[in-house]
Amino acid sequence: MSEAAKTPYKPPVPELGPGQTSYTSITEKISGIVLTRNTPVAWFIFFAIGFLLLHGLMVGVPYLLFEGVGIWGLNNPVGWGWAIINFVWWIGIGHAGTLISAVLLLFRQKWRTSINRAAEAMTIFAVLCAMQFPLLHTGRPWLACYWLLPYPNSMDIWPQFRSPLIWDVFAVSTYLTVSLVFWFVGLVPDFASMRDRTKNRIGQVIYGMLSLGWRGSAIHWERYEMASLLLAGLSTPLVLSVHSVVSFDFAVALIPGWHTTIFPPYFVAGAIYAGFAMVLTLMIPMRMIYGLEDFINERHLNNMAKVMLASGMIVAYGYFMEQLIAWYSASTYEGFMMQNRMHGPYSAYYFFLILCNIVVPQLLWIRYFRTNMFWLFFVCQFINVGMWLERFIIVVTSLHRDFMPSSWDMFHPTIWDITIYVGTIGLFTVLFFLFIRGVPMISLHEIRTLLVSKDHK
Amino acid sequence: MAQVFPRSANWASKASILAALLIVASILGVVLNINRIDYVSMVGVAIDQPVHFSHKHHVTGMGIDCRYCHTTVEVSAFAGVPPTETCMTCHSQIWTEAPILEPVRASFRDNKAIEWNRVHDLPDFVYFNHSIHVSQGIGCQSCHGQVDQMPLMMKAHTLNMEWCLDCHRDPAQFIRPRDQVFNMNYEYPANQETLGKSLVADYDVQTSQLTNCSICHR
Repeated sequence: MSEAAKTPYKPPVPELGPGQTSYTSITEKISGIVLTRNTPVAWFIFFAIGFLLLHGLMVGVPYLLFEGVGIWGLNNPVGWGWAIINFVWWIGIGHAGTLISAVLLLFRQKWRTSINRAAEAMTIFAVLCAMQFPLLHTGRPWLACYWLLPYPNSMDIWPQFRSPLIWDVFAVSTYLTVSLVFWFVGLVPDFASMRDRTKNRIGQVIYGMLSLGWRGSAIHWERYEMASLLLAGLSTPLVLSVHSVVSFDFAVALIPGWHTTIFPPYFVAGAIYAGFAMVLTLMIPMRMIYGLEDFINERHLNNMAKVMLASGMIVAYGYFMEQLIAWYSASTYEGFMMQNRMHGPYSAYYFFLILCNIVVPQLLWIRYFRTNMFWLFFVCQFINVGMWLERFIIVVTSLHRDFMPSSWDMFHPTIWDITIYVGTIGLFTVLFFLFIRGVPMISLHEIRTLLVSKDHK
Repeated sequence: MAQVFPRSANWASKASILAALLIVASILGVVLNINRIDYVSMVGVAIDQPVHFSHKHHVTGMGIDCRYCHTTVEVSAFAGVPPTETCMTCHSQIWTEAPILEPVRASFRDNKAIEWNRVHDLPDFVYFNHSIHVSQGIGCQSCHGQVDQMPLMMKAHTLNMEWCLDCHRDPAQFIRPRDQVFNMNYEYPANQETLGKSLVADYDVQTSQLTNCSICHR
C-alpha cells in the first residue's frame, strides 16, 4: 500500500469557522465592523499611511499637467516608462476580483463568498488607479476626450480604431462599468441589512438609499439571483478579454520582446497571479485586524495559494516560451533581445524577476507555506514586486535597445515617476480603507447561505 | 421600528431614475453642441474694431474689389490686411475730417499700424492658405459669407474642422469657375453637381489628398 492510501481521508476545512453558528452571529460580526465607534487603531494607521502617500498624486499630477510628461524619465528610445508599467500592473491586480466574483460563482465555489466583496472592491480601486496612467500619459487629458472616445465631435475626426490604445479604452471602461455594477448589485441586500441595523439616522438614510428599497421578498431574491448570474456571465469573458487587450498594446507592435503571440494568455495568467497575491496581501492583515478567522480560514488561504501556484506556473511557462522562441525563431533581433534581457544592463532586474515570480512561489507546493499566514504573505510580496518587474522588463528592455544601435539608451525614472506611482498606491489604500469602514467587507447574505450548506453541517 | 423613508420616497426614487437619464442626456447634449453653437463659435457676432469699417459700404456701395485691399490673397497664404496707406488713397481726399476716421489718420500720422481684431482666427496648428483656395475656384463668399452685406465684419461659418472637411471631402459641391471667385453675387447653376465635377477635374484638384492630415496640419 502506498503512503497516500494509508493516510486517513481528511475532509476539507469548512468555509465557515466553528464560531459562527447562526445568522445573527454572522450579521453581528460583519456589520459590527462598520456599525461601531471603536475603529481599530490599525485602521487609522493604515489610512494615515495611505493618505500620506496619496499626496504623491496631489502634488505629482498638477505638476505633470503644468509641465508635461517630460517630467517623467521618458525619452527616445524608451517612450513608454513607468506609466505603462503601472497601468498594466494595476489592471492585472484587478483581475483576481473578477475571477473570484464571476468565474468562481459560475463554478459554484462556495469559498469565494468570504473574499469576493473585498476582492471586487480591490478590482474597482485598482482599475481606477490604472486608468490614470494612460490618461496622464496623453499629457493633455482634457483633450483625450476626443482622442480616445468616438463621438461625433465638431472636428469630424475619429480615434484610430486600428490602435490597441483605443481597444484599451473600450476594454478598461467596460471592465470598470461591469465590475462596478456587479459589486453594487451584490451590495444591495447587504445595504438593506445595514439600513435595518444601524441606529444612526444619517446611516439609515444613506444605506436606505443605497439599498434601493430592498425588502428581501422572494421576488427580490429571485431577481437578485438572476441578475448576479447574468452579470457573472458578462464578467467572465472580461477576465480573459481585458488583459488580452492590454497585452495587444505590446503584441501588436513590431518591437522584439513585444511582438509575441503568447502575450494574451501569458498576460491573463500574470494578471490572475498578481491579483491573487494582492487579494492575499489585503486579506491577511484584514483577518488579523478584525479577527475574521471564522470567515477567512486555512481553506481560503490554501485555495488562493493554489490558484497563485497554477497561474504562476503558466507565467513561468510564458517566460520559458519567450526564451525558446528567441532561439527557435533564429531571428537575430529576437535573439539579441533575449541576450540583452538576460545579460545586458538590466540583467539584475531580470534575474530578480525570475526569483520573485518563479523561484520563491515554488514554496507554495508545500502545504505549510500555503496555510501559514506569515509565509503566504511573504511569498505574496515577492509576487507583487515580481509582477511589477515583469512589466518593467517587458517595457524597458525591449525598447532601450531596439533595431537601431545609434539610438540605444538607458531608462532613468525621475522622482516624478516614483511620486505618481506611490500616489496611486496611496489612493488605492485610502479607497480600500474607506470601503472597509463604510461597507460590509464580507458579503453578509452570501455567508449566511453557508450555514445551511452541506459542508458546514 | 419606524420607517426610514416616508411614502413619498417611492415617487422620488422613480423620478431620480428619470432625472439621471436626463442629466446624462444633457451632458451629452452639451458635449456634442458646445463647439457648434454661435455663442462659442462667434458666428454672426460682430467683433469690435478700432474703426467701424463697413464692408457693405465699400464693396456694395463703392464697388471696390476684394483684392484692392486684400492684395496678397491670390499669391500667398495670408490674404493681407491693408496698410493705412491703402485707406488713405481715398481718405486723404474724402471724409478727411470725419471723427470716425480719426484712428486711421492717427495711424498714418504716427506711422503706427491700426490694430484690427481678428475675426477669422484659426488655431495656430492650422496652416490655411488663401492662394490655393482662390486659384482653384473657391469663392470668397464660400467661407466668408455675404461680406458685401456686412456693415460690421462677422464670421458666417463656424470654421470648425467638420466644416472644413465638408468641402475637402467633396469640393465639387462648392467649386466655381475661377473667374467667379471674387463675384459676391455668384449663384450656383442648377447643374452644379456635374459642373463641379468637371471643374474639379479641369483644375486638377487632388481630391484624394485633401483629407490628409498634413494638408492643413504640419
